[in-house]
Amino acid sequence: MTALHSQAPAGETGGEYAFAYLDEQTKRMIRRGLLKAVAIPGYQVPFGGREMPLPYGWGTGGMQVTAAILGGDDVLKVIDQGADDTTNAVSIRRFFSRTAGVATTTRTPEATVIQTRHRVPETPLSNDQILVFQVPIPEPLRFIEPAETETRTMHALRDYGIMHVKLYEDIATFGHIATAYAYPVTVDDRYVMDPSPIPKFDNPKLDMNPALMLFGAGREKRLYAVPPYTRVVSLDFEDHPFAVQRWTECCAVCGSRDSFLDELIVDDAGTKRFVCSDTDYCRQRQQETGQ
Amino acid sequence: MYVAVKGGEQAIDNAHRLLAKKRRGDTDRPALEVAQIRQQLPLAVARVMSEGSLYDEELAALAIKQAAGDLLEAIFLLRAYRTTLPRFAASVPLDTGRMQLSRRISATFKDLPGGQLLGPTFDYTHRLLDFALLAEGEPAATPAESAAPASLEPCPRVLEMLGREGLMTPERDEGAAVPDMTREPLEFPASRAQRLQALARGDEGFLLALGYSTQRGYGRNHPFAGEIRIGEVEVWLETPELDFAVPLGDIEVTECEMINQFVGHTPDQAQFTRGYGLAFGYAERKAMGMALVDRALRAGEYGEEVQGPAQQEEFVLMHCDNVEAGGFVSHLKLPHYVDFQAELELIRKMRQPAQDATPTEPAPLEENRA
Amino acid sequence: MNAAQPLSQAHVEVDAPLLQVSGLTRLYGPDTGCQDVSFELYPGEVLGIVGESGSGKSTLLGLLSGRCPPDRGSVAYRDHHGQWLDLYSASEAERRTLLRTEWGFVEQHARDGLRMGVSAGANIGERLMAQGVRHYGRLREAGLEWLRQVEIDPARIDDVPSTFSGGMQQRLQIARNLVSGPRLVFMDEPTGGLDVSVQARLLDLLRGLVRELNLAVVIVTHDLAVARLLADRLMVMRRSRVVETGLTDQVLDDPQHAYTQLLVSSVLQP
Repeated sequence: MTALHSQAPAGETGGEYAFAYLDEQTKRMIRRGLLKAVAIPGYQVPFGGREMPLPYGWGTGGMQVTAAILGGDDVLKVIDQGADDTTNAVSIRRFFSRTAGVATTTRTPEATVIQTRHRVPETPLSNDQILVFQVPIPEPLRFIEPAETETRTMHALRDYGIMHVKLYEDIATFGHIATAYAYPVTVDDRYVMDPSPIPKFDNPKLDMNPALMLFGAGREKRLYAVPPYTRVVSLDFEDHPFAVQRWTECCAVCGSRDSFLDELIVDDAGTKRFVCSDTDYCRQRQQETGQ
Repeated sequence: MYVAVKGGEQAIDNAHRLLAKKRRGDTDRPALEVAQIRQQLPLAVARVMSEGSLYDEELAALAIKQAAGDLLEAIFLLRAYRTTLPRFAASVPLDTGRMQLSRRISATFKDLPGGQLLGPTFDYTHRLLDFALLAEGEPAATPAESAAPASLEPCPRVLEMLGREGLMTPERDEGAAVPDMTREPLEFPASRAQRLQALARGDEGFLLALGYSTQRGYGRNHPFAGEIRIGEVEVWLETPELDFAVPLGDIEVTECEMINQFVGHTPDQAQFTRGYGLAFGYAERKAMGMALVDRALRAGEYGEEVQGPAQQEEFVLMHCDNVEAGGFVSHLKLPHYVDFQAELELIRKMRQPAQDATPTEPAPLEENRA
Repeated sequence: MNAAQPLSQAHVEVDAPLLQVSGLTRLYGPDTGCQDVSFELYPGEVLGIVGESGSGKSTLLGLLSGRCPPDRGSVAYRDHHGQWLDLYSASEAERRTLLRTEWGFVEQHARDGLRMGVSAGANIGERLMAQGVRHYGRLREAGLEWLRQVEIDPARIDDVPSTFSGGMQQRLQIARNLVSGPRLVFMDEPTGGLDVSVQARLLDLLRGLVRELNLAVVIVTHDLAVARLLADRLMVMRRSRVVETGLTDQVLDDPQHAYTQLLVSSVLQP
C-alpha cells in the first residue's frame, strides 16, 4: 500500500506542486461553486472543501478561493487585520508566491486579487479587482440557531425575525446594538449574510462596491459572494439606525481621520496611540503628505 | 514615534528553525528512525492512519517523527498529503468474515464457532511501570521466544450468527455509490455511510467521551460487545478493464460490533440493533467508541427520543474532526486587533453614556453611514 | 397591538367555519395515535379535547397544528382573506407563516414555547419582528401593553423568563402568541404543572382574553374542570378515537358513552 509515494510534494520547490497547490479538478469545482454564489448573492453554497496544508481557521477557505481564481498574470495582495506584514498574511502570501509563482504586492491599487482577513481596504476598490474574504463561521444565524438543517430552512423561507430579536435585546440591555464586528447584512434584499468578522466600520464599503467580493469558509465548507454593485444593507431598526465607529483622535502616523484605527499601548503608564489598521493606506497618505 | 511590530518573514523563519531544533533534541543521541517508529510505536501509527484516513504505515511514522510525537499534528500532516492524491476507485467492501485474526473476543457468548483469542492486548496487564524497559533492556520474556503463534482461522462474525436467527435488524446495502466526505461536503441529515466515514476519521478522545456519555445515560443504548476482531483483511478492487476483482494487498483493521437494545412494534418482531466501528490498525478503543456513537446516531432511524449529545447527528459530525477542531481553536492565536478594537470601542461607549469626551481620552463618536 | 392591526380584521364571516378536519389519522401502533377524527371549528369557538394520557389528544393536536403530517385525512383552514388552505398540501413556508401570524401555540411547559435566553420584551416582540416590524419603540410599546394584558408588571419587560414564576412564564407565553392577533390558538395542557391557585388565575385570564379577542381555541386537557371553565364544546378521546362530542355542559352533565361516564364520575363534582 505504499506505491503512491512518488506523488509526494517534495521539498520547498514550486515545481512539484500543481499551480496554486490545488489540482485543476478541484479548482474547477470551486469555480463552479463561486459562479453559483455570484448568481445568488449572499446565498451559502456548500462545496467540497479540501484539506489545506495550513490549519483550519487560518484562512483555508480564502486560500481555496484564491487558488481557484488565480491566474499567472494576477498580482496578489494578502492582508490580515488590514496589514500586509502580520505573520499569517506573510505566510499565505509566501504560499502563493511559492506554489503559483504570481507577483505579489502590498499596494492596494496594484493588486488584482486581495485576500483579506477581518478588513476591507480603506482605498476604494475598482471593478477589475476581486476581494477574497476568509470566513470562520459563514452562518449569520448560527449563534441563535445551532442546527444547520434549521438555518437552511430559515434562509429558504426568509424567516429572519430572530435576527432582530438579537438586535432588540442588545438595545434593551445596552442601549445600543452591541455587535461591533461580523455585523449581519441583507444582500440584494434577499439573504441575510455574515460579512465575516470585519468591523462594522467596513460594512458600508460592501454596499454597491465595484469589486467582486468572494467569501470562503474552509472548515464549514461554504462559499458565498457579493457581486459588483450589489445592495448590502446592515440590519437595524428605524429608530436605532446602523452606525459605524469613529474616533476623535487621528492616526498618529499619517493623520487620517477617516480610517479604522488600531489602538496601541506604548508605555507602562498605559499611554495610548492610534494608528491606521490598513498599513498600505497609511503608507500612501504618508507619501502624499511627504512625511 | 512608535512603530508597529514588523518582520513577520524573519520571525516565521526563526520559528521553523527553533522547531526543528526542538524536534531533534540532543544531537548526541542518535536520531529516531522512521522504521523504529513504525515498528515500535504501532498503536500511534494506527491512530494517525485512521484519523488521517490514509493507510500507509511508513508515512504515518514519518508524520509522527516530523510532528515531534504530536499525534494530532501528525494526523494533520497525513491529511494534507492525502488531499493531494488522486482518487482512483472505491474498493470492494472488506470481508471481515475472512479476516486473518490476531485477536477476537465476544462478551456475549462464552464459546462460539472459531473460539475466542485474546491476542496482544493491554487488558489484564497490571499497569506497573516496567523498569527493565527504562534500563533499555529487553523484558524478561522476549516476544520471539515465548509467544505462541497467535492467530485464528477465519470464522463467521458473531452478529452474523444472530442475524441468521432473525434476531438482528438486518443492514441493507443500498448499492449506492460510496460517498466521499473529503470531496463532497456533508449535508444534513447525512446518510449512514457518511456518518460512519466521519466517525472513522473522528477524534478517538471525542468518540470515547461521547460513547461513555451514552453509558452514563445521555442517550443510553444498552450495548453488549458482540464481537471485537483484529487482524489482516485483503482489499479487493474491481476495475473497469477487468470483469473480476483483484486483490491489492492486506491491511490490518480493528472491527467492533455492538449488540444494542432491541426495537420492534410487536414482541414477535423484536430484534437487536447494531452499532458498528472500524479503524485501521490495532485500535480497539477507537472502534468501540465509534460503535457506541454509531448506534446512538441511529436514534432517528429507530424512532428513539434524542436526549443526549451523542445522538445529535449535527453536533457529533460537525465536532468530531480533530483537524477542524484543532485549527479553529488554534486560530484564536492569530491577531484579532481589529475585532477587539471594535469591541473596545463599543464597551467604552456603553460604559460612558452621553458623557463628553475628555481631550486625552479619545471617546468614539457615532455617525450614520449606511 | 398596532403592529398587528392588519390581522385582527379577521372576524368577518362568523357563520363559516375556521377549521375543517376530516378523517384525520396517524397511528403509531394499533389504537395508538389517533384515527378518523372529523370536526369543524367556528371563529371564537373553544373546543376542548379531553381524555386520559395516551388517548391520542396530543397526537391530534400535533396533526391539527401542522407539526406532524397525518397518515391520511385533511385539515383545512380559512385564512383572514377567506381563502381555504389545505394544511398538508401547503408549502412549509405557508405553514410557518400561518404558525407565526394567524395561529398560536401555547405549550404545556412554558420553556418549550419561550426563548428562555432573551428578555420578556424580546419574547413578545419576536412575532412582530418576523412580520417585518422594524421600529424598536413600537416593539417596546407592544411589549409593555401585552405584559399589562397578561397581568405581569411592565417593569419586568427587560427580565429574562427564567426569573419569572411558573404562572408568569405561562402568561408570558400567552402574550407572545397573542401579540400577532391570531385567530386560532392551540393549547396543550396550559395549566398543567401549575399550583391550583395559580391555575385558577391563569384560567380566569385565558377566559377573559378568549372572549375579548374572539379567539378560536383548541385546548387539550385531562382536567375536566379546565374544560368546563373554558370550552364551548368537548371531544372525548379514548384509545385513539373520539368516543363522544357535544356541548360542554351536555357532555359533562349527561354523558352518553360509558367511558365519558367513568371519566366524569371519577372527578369530584363541585
